[in-house]
Amino acid sequence: MGRLSSHLVRSALAACAVASALRAQGGAAQRGSQADATFMRDMIAHHAQAIEMSALIPARTTREDMRLLGERIDVSQKDEIAMMQRWLREHDADTAVAHHHMESMIMPGMLTAAQLAQLDKARGAAFERLFLEGMIRHHEGALTMVAQLLAQRGAAQESQVFQFASDIDADQRAEIARMRRLLDGKRAARHH
Amino acid sequence: MTARTSIGTLAAALLFGATNLHAQDPRVGLAGGFQNAASAIRNLELVSHSDKPASFYNPANLGDFAFLNSDLAFQGTTVFQGSFNGFQIWDVSNTAKPQLKLLFPCPGGQGDPSIYGHLLFISVEETRGRVDCGKQGVQDTVSLDRFRGVRIFDVSDLMQPKQIAAVQTCRGSHTHTLAVDPNDKKNIYVYVSGTSSVRSPNELAGCSGKQPAEDPNTSLFRIDIIKVPLDSPQAAKVVASPRIFSDSAGNIAGLWKGGAHGEGTQATGVTNQCHDVTIYMAKHVAAGACSGNGIVLDVSDVVKPKRISEVSDPNFAYWHSATFSNDAKKVLYTDEWGGGTQPRCRVTDRPEWGADAIFTREGHRMTFASYFKLPVPQTPEENCVAHNGSLIPIPGRDVMAQGWYQGGVSVVDFTDAAHPKEIAFFDRGPIDPAKMLIAGSWGAYWYNGNIYSSEIGRGLDILKLAPSEFISQNEIDAAISVRWSEFNPQAQPEIVWPATFSLARAYLDQLVRNDGLGAARRDAVTSALAAAEQTSGGARRAALQSLAGTIDRDAGGAKDAPRVRLLAKAVRDLSTK
Repeated sequence: MGRLSSHLVRSALAACAVASALRAQGGAAQRGSQADATFMRDMIAHHAQAIEMSALIPARTTREDMRLLGERIDVSQKDEIAMMQRWLREHDADTAVAHHHMESMIMPGMLTAAQLAQLDKARGAAFERLFLEGMIRHHEGALTMVAQLLAQRGAAQESQVFQFASDIDADQRAEIARMRRLLDGKRAARHH
Repeated sequence: MTARTSIGTLAAALLFGATNLHAQDPRVGLAGGFQNAASAIRNLELVSHSDKPASFYNPANLGDFAFLNSDLAFQGTTVFQGSFNGFQIWDVSNTAKPQLKLLFPCPGGQGDPSIYGHLLFISVEETRGRVDCGKQGVQDTVSLDRFRGVRIFDVSDLMQPKQIAAVQTCRGSHTHTLAVDPNDKKNIYVYVSGTSSVRSPNELAGCSGKQPAEDPNTSLFRIDIIKVPLDSPQAAKVVASPRIFSDSAGNIAGLWKGGAHGEGTQATGVTNQCHDVTIYMAKHVAAGACSGNGIVLDVSDVVKPKRISEVSDPNFAYWHSATFSNDAKKVLYTDEWGGGTQPRCRVTDRPEWGADAIFTREGHRMTFASYFKLPVPQTPEENCVAHNGSLIPIPGRDVMAQGWYQGGVSVVDFTDAAHPKEIAFFDRGPIDPAKMLIAGSWGAYWYNGNIYSSEIGRGLDILKLAPSEFISQNEIDAAISVRWSEFNPQAQPEIVWPATFSLARAYLDQLVRNDGLGAARRDAVTSALAAAEQTSGGARRAALQSLAGTIDRDAGGAKDAPRVRLLAKAVRDLSTK
């Protein structure tokens, strides 16, 4: 895996180290719940893998639309990781629970180590197909994580968590559509 | 020198030029701060800035989403400013000194407002929203206390808004747009765009978040239309949920078909929502910015909108909002890449990502013309992407004021759809120079002579146009002459200019700028207009009628004949005033 992505995984883990059970704040709904903090932590790990996957693109395909897709995922998800880390710091989450389970846990849609290794070895059209299928599944996993968050009592009462969860849902759905077009062999193009 | 070298040199020169341009742009390097950030302004004047009122921000976290300011609505000398925490009412009789009349806490986000007579409409989408406007949120996943939808307030007494209806919808209301059908005097309609999760049917009967294959009555893939009877607005209810993404075969997910793609992938449908629908009722059309597509609807039958055009674009991440040109022959769509919460105007961000895209319309066919993005980089501490705006009524041109979050306010001229150009701006440094907090211009809208910008973190800004090489005083005066008694930016009104000398002179100034009419004739018309203005009554009428006739004849040989005809019409209208 690339140097950059290892760094990101490390930052993700560092964020976990400041995260976990939220300090109770008089029961105010808007201050963020345990479920919110868990969602943010898990999504950091989830995003980190998308960035790691995208870093494989330049050396494995020459397709310009694939490179642009990778660039967009890279920029989008790095910014969002920074935002989630900030949220965890600002919401004063403490460290206890999550650290050990994060390193071993696989969030919905994430590739296994074996799948990542397979992707790493693939080239050209085979890589493109594996990447797109993997990333569609990965994004759909994010949609599942959003749905799981919203299904919990007391979750997403904090406005930023609600908005972020909604944005992930909207953005990643739209990106899934674009990836489907690429998978169907269509070049990214304007359609009237 | 070989051709290759000369192209290389040219590219280097352009790159140098661009860098140089940025270096000279006063928006680069602005010092940050809350109410004391440095600012840069060009071809605009800041008439006033009103601080965000205490209790409508969190001093411990200036970027707290629970207190972000959102959209604006206008009526007379009153401005309604939405907030994720409720709404604020400003008296702007004196634009240099707006007076806060009322703070109305009622949390739920985004709080986008619209006004119609004594009825104020507010969008609510978050799961913390409560029917009773309480601040405690709603912990249970299913609760009758929860409110997501459109609140309707009676604001006959501005100091005492009364919630008279709260129309619940399955996905809540991210935004909404008033649809006022001139043929229906008894009702108005509200188009509701919901973009977030679908709630449980146990909370609101009939709601379903399933894909169309599993449930043909899914709450996805539709917008909702609320009918508001004007004699009993408390009876407002959803009367239609049109399937505006259908294809001719009746597949309701018609724009981006679902279907599994590869092992383990699901059959998620995509364009299943609109973020914003701008209704231009005078032309019977609406432009929907709907996730993966830009669409145009025929809204001749308000409760049965029909999709007549759709476009997609490889550089658009998320279709967010739309503005028609006044003749409805162009649509400017925005791409809110990153949801507005990310810094997407950095020097490293692509100029075609998170930008405006301008399309021209010919019948139902739409053709891409260009992208426009804020032409100056912002810091990584500033959320920035294309956001809301409205037309500035400069006659004969397509000019729009637009908010770019912490990228500030930018005025873009897209008269030439292929070559949009920034002609004015206002920008502040980051609200916090050390970290990225959400702030900046939610939307910048022209209303009765000023540009109003809702500052998400800092309050309300009122600006005015200053004459420049790009806009003359006559053009500004003609814009100021257009007055509305009410204005909701997403319910786009047709601009009609009253007959004034400024209007005629605005066209003359444009003919000077583009040399669209020979200099001698321009001078003659200028003198004749001045002379006519000195007279009155029948003499003025006769002078103007005769002048209009002469200008008609000028059009034949003029380089910009259509504009010369606009000038002739302006002079003729002035003669019958």
